[in-house]
Amino acid sequence: MTNTIVKAPAAEVSFIDEVCSIPGGEAIRSCIQCGMCTGSCPTASRWDYTPRQVIAMVRGELRDELLSSNSMWFCASCYTCTVRCPRDIKPTDIMHALEIIAIRDGLSTKRSRTPVMYKCFVDSAKGNGRVYELGMMLKLFLQTNPFAALKMAPVGLSLLLHKRMPLRPSRIKGRGELKAILDKARALGGAK
Amino acid sequence: MRYYSYFPGCSAEATASPLGLSVPPVAKELDMDLIELEDWNCCGSSPYGSVDKLEATCMAARNLALAEKRGFDLVTPCSSCYITLDGADSHLKEYPALRDQVNQALAAGNLDYHGGVRVRHLAEVLYSDVTPDVIGAKVSKSLKGLKVASYYGCQLVRPAVGFDDPESPRSLDELVASLGADVVSWQLKARCCGGSLVMSEQDLALELINKLLRNAQENGAQCLVTPCPLCQINLDAYQSQVNSKFKTNYNLPVLFLTQLIGVALGIKPNALGLQRNIVSPMKVLAPYL
Repeated sequence: MTNTIVKAPAAEVSFIDEVCSIPGGEAIRSCIQCGMCTGSCPTASRWDYTPRQVIAMVRGELRDELLSSNSMWFCASCYTCTVRCPRDIKPTDIMHALEIIAIRDGLSTKRSRTPVMYKCFVDSAKGNGRVYELGMMLKLFLQTNPFAALKMAPVGLSLLLHKRMPLRPSRIKGRGELKAILDKARALGGAK
Repeated sequence: MRYYSYFPGCSAEATASPLGLSVPPVAKELDMDLIELEDWNCCGSSPYGSVDKLEATCMAARNLALAEKRGFDLVTPCSSCYITLDGADSHLKEYPALRDQVNQALAAGNLDYHGGVRVRHLAEVLYSDVTPDVIGAKVSKSLKGLKVASYYGCQLVRPAVGFDDPESPRSLDELVASLGADVVSWQLKARCCGGSLVMSEQDLALELINKLLRNAQENGAQCLVTPCPLCQINLDAYQSQVNSKFKTNYNLPVLFLTQLIGVALGIKPNALGLQRNIVSPMKVLAPYL
């Protein structure tokens, strides 16, 4: 996975600079460790390190320990921390930045199915130009836990019966153009 | 007549098909011309932005570039599409290096984007452009006596975008009140349902959904209303999972905002996709149909 916005890690680039280089990540140095983010987070109880600790770990250069944790993968993008942060840090954007770096560096944890779910989503969106929810979910379960599909079956079936689960994907006409755009983006990333 | 470019989003064609069905007839009644953006693609949503920032911004930017040619505001009924398209537009304005790269990539698809599109959520357009007063004046079947809990979710009101309060929003309540319904006051109206984590971390999401349903029910709601596809699916399609996991007995219909408005405007249930809701709303809506 290449990425132009996230600079490739070079020995001289610190972890905090790497995070700062991502749009939305700049303000991390202003953190006063007040804990408003953790107190506001609806999922913090599941994180290996809480949102406040995550920010401290970026500043403490605990790179691999943080990137291989499950922490940022539990961010549901509710943005409560972002609107409440008294220092205008954008913790939600920082969590997304950490997810990007973890995937790029192959450090994303296997203790959460979220990294695989996100990758299945991206593959579906790229290929068809639109997300095909059924295909994406089947792929997710096959790659993680096929037994979880059994638990999900009643939900899928009721969506199907209520005409909310098409059996065929929707595709855009401009798939060729979209592919050319994304290929070019990847090439630009590779040049850096 | 007001003109807009319309971006339905992927789920409005599938798991949120009641949303996709109910938007056009309601827009027509309210003198809005929603012209579907031709050959729109997936906005990228939050998963793409957690995998590759440049590619994710390109996904959104193709849509922005197509909309810029049209010249109207780009309106989407999906909270996730809204925050993704609007966020990409802001980042393209704020970060010139990102904009240059995105435009180089767009050129490979014979497109370019100059920052000329205003991205808007349909709920905000209904509130700010159409206004609750005008909607109220068009109501043919007042929803008097129906106790409705407005569920804002997250990405309609956060991060702060200005049209409503990010912690204690009121816009949906005012829209619901304009239909004649009783607005339920409840604490968790803008708290998280777990979003897409319902697919990867179902136990966690079911806990959050349970808290929301409990809070709405304890405050007397007969149904919930939300503009967000992901919120609607989580609260509606997963309600039976919550009931078996937590030994609860919820039977709370979760309507899309446009479905509820449509009922008050006298639009037929079929045209609003009411039969497609998993928890049937037909009983609570019976006096108004």
